[in-house]
Amino acid sequence: MSENILEVCGIHTYIGQFHILEGVTFSVPKGSITVLLGRNGAGKTTTLKSILGITPPREGKIVFDGQDLAGKPSFKIAQLGIGYVPEHRAIFRDLTVAENLQIAERRKGDLAARQDFIFELFPDLKKHYRLAGGKLSGGQQQMLAIARALVPQNRLLLIDEPSEGLAPIIIEALMHAIRRLSESATVLLVEQNFRMASRLADRYVIVDDGASVQSGLMADLTNDQATIQRYLGAA
Amino acid sequence: MTGIFASDKRGSLIAVGAILIGLLLFSLLTTGDLNLLGTEGFGAYLGTINGGDFSITLLSGLLRGMLLFLVAAGLSIVFGLMDVLNFAQGGYFMIGAYIAYEVHHAPAIIAAVPDGNLRFLLGAMLAVAVGAALGAALERGLLRPLYARPLFQLVITFGVSILLLEATKLLWGVSPRSWSTVFGLNEGAFQLFGQQFSVYRLFVIAVGFGLIVAVALLLQRTRIGIIIRAGVQDSQMVEALGINVRAVFTAVFTLGCAVAALGGAVAAPFLGASLGLSTEFLLGAVAAVVLGGLGSYEGTAVASLLVGITQAVIAKFGVQYLNQPVWESLSPMILLALVLLLRPSGLFGKE
Repeated sequence: MSENILEVCGIHTYIGQFHILEGVTFSVPKGSITVLLGRNGAGKTTTLKSILGITPPREGKIVFDGQDLAGKPSFKIAQLGIGYVPEHRAIFRDLTVAENLQIAERRKGDLAARQDFIFELFPDLKKHYRLAGGKLSGGQQQMLAIARALVPQNRLLLIDEPSEGLAPIIIEALMHAIRRLSESATVLLVEQNFRMASRLADRYVIVDDGASVQSGLMADLTNDQATIQRYLGAA
Repeated sequence: MTGIFASDKRGSLIAVGAILIGLLLFSLLTTGDLNLLGTEGFGAYLGTINGGDFSITLLSGLLRGMLLFLVAAGLSIVFGLMDVLNFAQGGYFMIGAYIAYEVHHAPAIIAAVPDGNLRFLLGAMLAVAVGAALGAALERGLLRPLYARPLFQLVITFGVSILLLEATKLLWGVSPRSWSTVFGLNEGAFQLFGQQFSVYRLFVIAVGFGLIVAVALLLQRTRIGIIIRAGVQDSQMVEALGINVRAVFTAVFTLGCAVAALGGAVAAPFLGASLGLSTEFLLGAVAAVVLGGLGSYEGTAVASLLVGITQAVIAKFGVQYLNQPVWESLSPMILLALVLLLRPSGLFGKE
């Protein structure tokens, strides 16, 4: 197996007084699509936020591309080359599509360099370039949120529930886009839609009750109905 | 969350128009020889309307509105971006007035810089510099450690406003200073329907308009403006994009305090410098920020002018007909209460 771009070792994260993550450990091989699976409230989103330093872990270690992320503020972590597509999209609704993309530039010219790739993946964004983000459809907002993470040359993309609340045809388009962008970046995905996850990801990590309980190759999991039933409650 | 430059504006504009028309009509009616029990008829009354009084009242309102805007702009953007209601903002206005006064009147400075216009400019620049330095110190030293505790920040800014007031008392004493020297711009006056209005006041109105446009351009056309507008909606997401939001907070807070100090400096030639400026302008500015819709820049600009004009109209009416000047200071809160009853999110705010 190729080397790991991300190593998460035994992290414990608290939100206020609540102990949300109680030992999450996994690694993400460079160039892979790895999916975090688990029930609602298992701690998947908090795991992504812990990696990015939004909810920094109190214990454990996170290493991105050889660098320990402990104590770094989230903007510094992002600058290392991590893009974040949060759940519920979190696009800036009052900003135009163009401004939503411009704000993601880390260096002048980032957007100009990546614009063709972004518009090829999501032609709708070109069509609505001057429209306020809040006026886009749900699917288009999700595309904008992903496109925003593509503006700088990120090496790792954290994508949280991209299929949430979207029609099947839009989900297909998003899956195609995620496959394309995984050619140039590693993807760590959180996804409730097991069908989508199993078709997209090479590797999986199951998070249950704040702890990672199992990980491995996606191909092995799809044949393991007992595990799917036990932790995900769906096939 | 409320957005700067919200797109759905028709209702807001109708509300603003209705208030403005109401104020203008009221102002027009009360600048005539109003005799509510009179029997002379409406035609006779219309003949007594004094165009000079009317236009001077409106210009005074505009002037006051611009000064309020200089305090409210920082208050509004800082609140939108950082969720901090900076109660010390009025204090920066007051400090600006004292600094401009001091630079203009200190004998040593008069001897060194005899040109009054130049001294005024120096005073304004020093006020801006001190406002910016004190603003940056407050944000970096006291607010930054408390971003996780918004209530503490409120108490801190309130404490700093008291600190500024006491420091001013220590430096300049409690008696108000009235601007005694005359300088270039401040000497000119022009006639409007037979009434005199100073050119300097017109200059302050122009400075206010200039700043409204400059800040709007900053917010709309620059990268820092895009970051501020995005930060108003979701500052955590802005940080997750790799932007140092704390540095933006400091810059915005500093700029807000500097602009408030500039407001005090340009107001000093006609308002003088006094301890009362702090509370007076803070209250008016808070009313304008809430009236405009929390976090909405355009709302704050429009509401500042509305509050200013309301105060001028009510001041005239209160003094001339009721002999009760207190209505002037009450009027922003009355206007605020009336508008919030109809539009709880303010004129340009969103639910």
